[in-house]
Amino acid sequence: MPSLAIFLPLMAAAGLLLIPRLGRRMILRIWIATAAADLILIAIMWLGYHGGIGYQTRLRWIPSVGAGYHVGIDGMSLPLMALTALLFLLCAVYSLRETERVRAYAALFLFLETVSLGLFAAQDLLLFFVFFDLSIVGMYFVIAGWGHGDPARSALKFFLYTFLGSLALLLGFIGLYLGSEPHTFDMVELTRHPAFANAPGAAGLVLLAIGVGLAVKTPTVPFHTWLPPAHTDAPATGSAILAGILLKMGAYGFARIAMPMLPSAWQRYAWIVIVIGVVSVLYGALVALAQENIKRLIAYTSVNHMGYIVLALGAAGLATGNPQARELAVTGAVTQMVSHGLITGALFLLTGVLWDRAHSYDLNRFGGIAANAPTFTGLTAVAAFASLGLPSLSGFIAEFQIFAGVIGTGVPGAVVAGALSVLGILITAALFLRVLQKAFLGPPGELTAKVSDVRPAELAAVAPLLALSLAIGIAPRWLLSLIEPVSAAIVSLVSR
Amino acid sequence: MKGMNQNPLDLLPELFLLVGAVLGLMAGLFTPRYRQRIVAWICGAALTGALIATLTIAFRPAGTVFDAYALDPLTNVTRIVVSAATLVVVILAAGWARGNRREAEVYVLLLLSALGVIILAGADDLLVFVAAYLLASIPAYALAGFAKDAPGTEAALKYYLMGAFLGVLMLAGVTLLYGLSGVTAYQPLGERLTNAPVPAVACAIVFLLAGVLFKAGGVPAHFWVPDVTEGAPPAVAAYVTTVPKVGAFLGLLRMAVEVFQGSAAGWHLLIAIVATTTMTLGNLAAFYQDNVRRLLAYSTISQAGYLLIPIAVAGRSDLAQPALLFYLAAYAVTNLGAFAVVIALGRDSLADYAGLGRRSPWLALALVICLLGLVGTPPTAVFVGKFLVFAAAWDGGYAWLAVVAVVNTVASVFYYLRWILPAFRADQGPGYEPSAAAKRVAYLTAWASLALGVGSGLVLALG
Repeated sequence: MPSLAIFLPLMAAAGLLLIPRLGRRMILRIWIATAAADLILIAIMWLGYHGGIGYQTRLRWIPSVGAGYHVGIDGMSLPLMALTALLFLLCAVYSLRETERVRAYAALFLFLETVSLGLFAAQDLLLFFVFFDLSIVGMYFVIAGWGHGDPARSALKFFLYTFLGSLALLLGFIGLYLGSEPHTFDMVELTRHPAFANAPGAAGLVLLAIGVGLAVKTPTVPFHTWLPPAHTDAPATGSAILAGILLKMGAYGFARIAMPMLPSAWQRYAWIVIVIGVVSVLYGALVALAQENIKRLIAYTSVNHMGYIVLALGAAGLATGNPQARELAVTGAVTQMVSHGLITGALFLLTGVLWDRAHSYDLNRFGGIAANAPTFTGLTAVAAFASLGLPSLSGFIAEFQIFAGVIGTGVPGAVVAGALSVLGILITAALFLRVLQKAFLGPPGELTAKVSDVRPAELAAVAPLLALSLAIGIAPRWLLSLIEPVSAAIVSLVSR
Repeated sequence: MKGMNQNPLDLLPELFLLVGAVLGLMAGLFTPRYRQRIVAWICGAALTGALIATLTIAFRPAGTVFDAYALDPLTNVTRIVVSAATLVVVILAAGWARGNRREAEVYVLLLLSALGVIILAGADDLLVFVAAYLLASIPAYALAGFAKDAPGTEAALKYYLMGAFLGVLMLAGVTLLYGLSGVTAYQPLGERLTNAPVPAVACAIVFLLAGVLFKAGGVPAHFWVPDVTEGAPPAVAAYVTTVPKVGAFLGLLRMAVEVFQGSAAGWHLLIAIVATTTMTLGNLAAFYQDNVRRLLAYSTISQAGYLLIPIAVAGRSDLAQPALLFYLAAYAVTNLGAFAVVIALGRDSLADYAGLGRRSPWLALALVICLLGLVGTPPTAVFVGKFLVFAAAWDGGYAWLAVVAVVNTVASVFYYLRWILPAFRADQGPGYEPSAAAKRVAYLTAWASLALGVGSGLVLALG
């Protein structure tokens, strides 16, 4: 069942490429239908999920090195897979007006959907790596082929940077493989019997390799420099997927691989992780505050939001901290992954509307958009408030749990880190209010006349994301009850 | 060794190639020019025969024949990879050689050189190795200058001079080893070298390496690679950058395991350093090449660097041999695929690839698969090869070498993308009609490189 969900988009992509003479509308219909079917499949799996690692499939792939095709779904991968399927579906809906090389465009997004779903379901390190690396290749072509501005340069930077990260990750995986006894790439096995139990030095090096690899993808300061140009020059849908799904791969990797498989090293270096998290939170927010380019600004808020996740996961490694609080922090981190996917996905799709109408992201050239485009303004306002952590929206649920968890550990350093990070929320609030004031309220700007209100397809793409964010914000229980057992498991695993 | 095996049938694959070459030559002598295509069929049949013969005898227990030629997985993989790769080259060459006055000679020379390459890997005696070196090289010199034009002649001359010079050095190494031990067969040689003076052995190893690195196109014996790849006919370029590497590296691996192993000379480190310089130099030189064949030439040099890594850890990691075997097979498929795209288009300038994605999307896809394959992107075959090489390096105590290889891999992305990106730009380049046979070869090899990657478990389990 997960394999079907994973490979259905890929099959559809192959079909799109192989069947000749498909019209533009037909291609878009097939794309939307496939994405919708995939979302339904995942919803069915969600309903049938009963804890633990469900829906496992194991096939031999490279038995001589202990690597296999092993997929399975648990409470952390399920919400992320659902987010993936939803966001890809909405990107398809958003692209209804796309005219440029639609066949390749749809095939590429379907390919990326397979890759993303596969990554979140992978239970084998080598398989995880395959999907991790392919996500880079797919996104490279999206940016280079359909971007604007200077896409070739941004795409190249994105490719080189994240590819370096992925190869560092591969080295780390090889280290885990060689450190395990018997040698294996199976994530379940590696979690059960952590490698390097008696070799702290080697474990530290392996964690360094894996940490760098994942930190580039997440991205955390100082590995974030690829992110702003990639986002600025990518098409709106590409940015939404990049921020909504691809960044989660890094954060997910920390929770899924680094913490449970290298518990003692994670505990030892937890403080470094916490510091990196706090720096990312503050630096991302401050740099975002200084941006005049709206899309670049949102890109930097991603650094800030992912920083909360890193902070929470670092705090979870504080062995002396209160275990309940650490579980809360991890739950917050996973919730934040989902919430950030929803909100930032929506924000990037909304900036796509700006580009579509006015071909500019310059904050100073807009003003008073609210008068021309009330629905657009309303959607942006909701997304902005969600992103700055207003209660009753998902961002609040996630960040509140993170702060409560980090501070609740009772370790003085963590309390300071948590308190510092709360400042991040303050700065984010300031910068979003600044955007709303400058671009949407106030006197009309130079380009405001061009900004017409959202079209039905755009509304249909953005509204579900915000509605879901609201649903999580008001009644988070259905999501949290899925995540909580996993975070308890992660905290107990990392405390070994 | 239990009794001497002198069964010539154990050499059936090699005999197929030899007989095929001789028959092809005879047929070429007696057929008119417009019918010489028959020779391509003869040579193709001989290569197919060698492939089938290898598959039938591949699962016999390992041994040696005539006390000078090893029959083991190493030899068998060489037979398969070299025969299959040469078959692809024959198909690629057929389009170019059609109607040439000396068409038959192309196929015969290819076959003879391939035979030499196979024996390089199978040789279990230094003298056989030397003979194989000459057999693999001399037809290749002739092929490089086959077109008799200025670049071809220069390429052939450079190729020949380097080969002759480094071959003499290699002979000096063989002489030195014989002087030290009194034997030339690998196994007794290795046993006796344990007591030989280390500096002399180290000298001999360096001399021997000279010849092997020439065949493999490794630094510092790489100077011929760019000129031959650019100057020789494209099909020949595909051949000399792919097939001789297989024999050279596997021959070196056998020597490392059987001969060098016992000696205290620091050859592991030497090869690790050569590997580092080879991949780094190849990558740096490839950066701003605007001629795709020259770009591919430097890329093959950097690949030679990665291929040297498992040899540096030979005997120290169980992964070294499977890593090298798999990487070589993967590299051969992928590199031939990239050359097939070049041959199909018949254009050498990067600018000519602009807009390829519009004009021939499938050819562009094949190019992307092959180039990303050479980078080592999963799930292509080279990815599995690279991954095994990294693992072998780490396992063998050379983790730094794996890190160097990783950094180099990232650097290599840059120039491969310089080639890929224009192909997907909207601007139209000049249009060409791709050649049909080469196009099919390109599709086939591209998909084969994917299939070999996905099915790597199956292949590794057999090996």
